[in-house]
Amino acid sequence: MPEPVLTTRGVTRIYEMGEIEVQALRGVDFELMESEFLVLVGASGSGKSTLMNILGGLDRPTDGTVHFRDRELTRASDRELTEYRRNHVGFIFQFYNLMPSLTARENVALVTEITRDPMPADEALALVGLEHRLDHFPSQLSGGEQQRVAVARAIAKRPELLLCDEPTGALDYRSGVVVLEVIERVNRELGTATAVITHNAPISAMASRVVTLHDGAIDEERHNETRAPASEIRW
Amino acid sequence: MRFSPSALDRKLIRDLKGMLGQGITISLVVAAGISGFLTLRATYSSLLESRDQYYEEYRFGDVFAQLDRAPESVAERLESVPGVALVHTRVAESARILMEGPAQTPQALILSLPPGGDAPLNQVLLREGRWPGAGESDEALLLDTFAERWEVAAGDTLGVVMNGSLRSVRITGLATSPEFIYPMPPGGALIPDDERFAVLWMDRRGMAPIFRMEGAFNDVVVRMNPGALEREVLAGIDGVLEPYGGRGAVGRDLQPSNFILDGELEQLRQFSTVVPIIFLGVAAFLLNMVLSRLLHLQRTQVAALKALGYHDSEVGLHYLKMTLGVVIAGSVLGVVLGWYLGRAMTLFYGNFFGFPILGFRMGWRAPLAGILIAGGAGVIGAFTALRKILALSPAEAMSPEPPARYRPTLPERMGLGRLVGPMGRMVLRELGRRPLRTGLSALGIALAIAIVVVGRFSEDAMNYLMEEQFYRAWRENVTVAFTGPTPERAIREIAALPGVAHAEGMRVTSVRMYAGHRWRDVPLQGYPDEVRLRQLLDADGRLRAFPEEGVVITEKLGEVLGIAPGDSVRVTLREGRPGEATLRITGTVDEMLGMQGHMRLGDLNALLAEGPVVSQALVQIDPRDVEALEARLMEWPGVLDVASRDALVERFREQSAEMLTVMTLILTLFASVIAAGVVYNNARVAVSMRERDLASLRVLGFSRREISTVLLGEMGVQVLIAIPPGLWIGHRLCVWIAGTVDPERYRLPVVLSAETYGFAVSVILVAATASALLVRRKLDRLDLIGVLKTRE
Ligand SMILES: Nc1ncnc2c1ncn2[C@@H]1O[C@H](COP(=O)(O)OP(=O)(O)OP(=O)(O)O)[C@@H](O)[C@H]1O
Ligand SMILES: [Mg+2]
Repeated sequence: MPEPVLTTRGVTRIYEMGEIEVQALRGVDFELMESEFLVLVGASGSGKSTLMNILGGLDRPTDGTVHFRDRELTRASDRELTEYRRNHVGFIFQFYNLMPSLTARENVALVTEITRDPMPADEALALVGLEHRLDHFPSQLSGGEQQRVAVARAIAKRPELLLCDEPTGALDYRSGVVVLEVIERVNRELGTATAVITHNAPISAMASRVVTLHDGAIDEERHNETRAPASEIRW
Repeated sequence: MRFSPSALDRKLIRDLKGMLGQGITISLVVAAGISGFLTLRATYSSLLESRDQYYEEYRFGDVFAQLDRAPESVAERLESVPGVALVHTRVAESARILMEGPAQTPQALILSLPPGGDAPLNQVLLREGRWPGAGESDEALLLDTFAERWEVAAGDTLGVVMNGSLRSVRITGLATSPEFIYPMPPGGALIPDDERFAVLWMDRRGMAPIFRMEGAFNDVVVRMNPGALEREVLAGIDGVLEPYGGRGAVGRDLQPSNFILDGELEQLRQFSTVVPIIFLGVAAFLLNMVLSRLLHLQRTQVAALKALGYHDSEVGLHYLKMTLGVVIAGSVLGVVLGWYLGRAMTLFYGNFFGFPILGFRMGWRAPLAGILIAGGAGVIGAFTALRKILALSPAEAMSPEPPARYRPTLPERMGLGRLVGPMGRMVLRELGRRPLRTGLSALGIALAIAIVVVGRFSEDAMNYLMEEQFYRAWRENVTVAFTGPTPERAIREIAALPGVAHAEGMRVTSVRMYAGHRWRDVPLQGYPDEVRLRQLLDADGRLRAFPEEGVVITEKLGEVLGIAPGDSVRVTLREGRPGEATLRITGTVDEMLGMQGHMRLGDLNALLAEGPVVSQALVQIDPRDVEALEARLMEWPGVLDVASRDALVERFREQSAEMLTVMTLILTLFASVIAAGVVYNNARVAVSMRERDLASLRVLGFSRREISTVLLGEMGVQVLIAIPPGLWIGHRLCVWIAGTVDPERYRLPVVLSAETYGFAVSVILVAATASALLVRRKLDRLDLIGVLKTRE
């Protein structure tokens, strides 16, 4: 029986913008299991990124608890959250967030330099098919290439947890598949618990479990009997 | 081993390279602030030390007294006055030197030298040549400033009228002494004179017989015991010398040369404390502002670093290095520059004062203080911005800033919107959206303008003072001093000389004015009833009436002595009927130059128990006839001196104004650098902040010209609204400085010239234009796709 890596109970998140309050999450109970490949879907504004940020220790819920194994993240200090991100989480951001003054290789090195057992930056970039773009700056890369650097940066540390916010959002079909294959491989070979946010319905076929968010709450949960390999995904 | 910096350090190096222009200008602002601070500080302290060393090594006296004549045995009685450590008696006589050319008979003070020239006090510094021979009555050392002015060299022979007879005196060497750092002619002159005043040092045994002063003295220099009370020593000495015609001993503070030197150094001191602090403060403020904005631009990068697992401390260190990179570069440059300029300025002033010993020392405290203040301000600026970003959760900080809420600005709501068009409206809204940022930018520019004004203030003050004093208050262009009280008839005779348009007589006598135990030697000036050539002006240039009765004194004198209109003061007279008298103060006038009393000629003569006499003639004459008049008058037996106003003004300029010119130049330079640095950085930061907006506008179809208009319009408005407060702040700072610069000899009026205001505005406008061109170039090269493609 696989253990849950992440557990949330009653997580809510309210954004206060002056007078107006936006309730982005309203009581989410959720688990991410060891070695699981989870896909998170939902309409725009349903709270996917908000949940992902909380799972990744980038943000704190307004209410509720989040556990990473038996550690309660909601009680962790800022310092402990940083350690958590540094040592356990690989994050692929919706907006890439690369350092504009660093090359592709250096952007990856930024992470590998501070983790315990990373793969070499060149190797991580080769995995996403960017071995010919090592010394390009972000402004010299296409949006999809930037996204692939972000993927390489996330997997290079061999994380226990891989959180991906629309990893294929900006990519064409071919490079999208490359990225998905890499994520799948990391999930399979390293047993990394993986959660992927996507608007591409076909990608759900890769998942062992698909969770649908609706207006800040879990609406539906579905287990896939068989998982399609990334190479067979079409959209 | 190859040096391989971490990825974060590579980012640091590249980011610094990427903002090279900004980095350099920020460094220059720091450098200008620090070196301005150090230059003035180090110059002042080095000069002070050099002066003290000079005084110490050449045993400058503490107390000085003159008398008619006393037998040498009186020296022992002086030595037994409590508090007196050492007494050096001298013979001091006045003489005239006959120089080549018409009417050139400068006055000379002849001072006796002990055998071998080795005076126990007020030692003579032999600059070149040799000492006069023992017992020689025809050999002398000559004061170096006079020798330089007249190009007299050791070995030359001068004709000197001593005690009524002309003698040839061989100049064996050139010399000076701590008592003649400023060559002040005796008799309370206001302005040092290296042209019409000389000192000749002669062997005492050789010179005494000429003046029938064998076995006697008429001048004393005294050294006090440490801890002795000057007031008591002065009283003791006056008591001993009283029967011998003692004219009242004075302490070092009123010794004429030291009095002037103190005033000049005091001014330098004020300039070296207040002004550098203003400069450093402004530089620090600007550094703080610029760095906090630069850091603000790094918001999403800071967040991403945090999201990737970097600790706050690591991110902090990264940005600390970035800030320190800029600050340290500026500090090093500032210290090096401050050292060089400080040394150059110390040398300049040291030579100007004629200090024989010149040590330049900067020490470590001032540089450290400068670096800590400037660097600290920069680091604090960077870190207040960084702290705000670090306080956000990475998720929040990483998301783009919420779209700004724009709203119609006040001018628009007043219906001006239509007048300025859509571009104008964008400018107004951008400025109105962040009133604090707009205000701070404008304040930064205003401060930059203000220090340019401050840099030029003293020069303006001096020019105004000279103009008011020498051309408005004094309307004569030649002043004739008589050897003593002279019948008014002499004035009519002068008035009849060729070229003379008008002449009038004046009486000036020096009195000692007491208030409690405070006193000052003050010239009392008596004006004729129909005075035309003198006006009484206050510092604001307002005309004041001459007193109907009693004495009107300089306001500063009232302040120093603690007396006010209505008070009566005790004075000792030195002419006419020597003794004491009481004067009634009927008013004060806020004069800029000197400290004196003004009264009616008739009253003054009555006070001195004398008939209708004058002591000087004021002459208005065609400038072409001045030389002839001088030549003619110098032949008159009763004439002591003929001085032309132009020469006087020239001397004043050399002595006081030129000293300020160098300082003005340096301050103006630094202020301009700071001003330019601020305007440029302001513009550059604005570009970075708005890069995306502007790129979006371009994509929407706006032309380069149009987007530049938006940005440059913002800059222009900021500069324009900064100008009036900038000039105002500059003026206030000058008023403040003038309040702290307070030599007794002159008051600095805060009268800033139109040129200064114009100059300050021009510096800013030039800096703004240059920045605008650079910004324009940057905008023209705006990489639309690149900017929009990357998320900062
Ligand atoms: N910083 C914020 N301040 C205020 N409201 C926010 C903030 N971030 C998100 N929201 C709001 O919270 C809700 C959920 O946002 P979230 O980014 O999680 O949506 P999402 O599911 O990721 O959408 P998308 O698929 O478009 O990325 C939205 O209504 C959004 O407007
Ligand atoms: Mg999202």
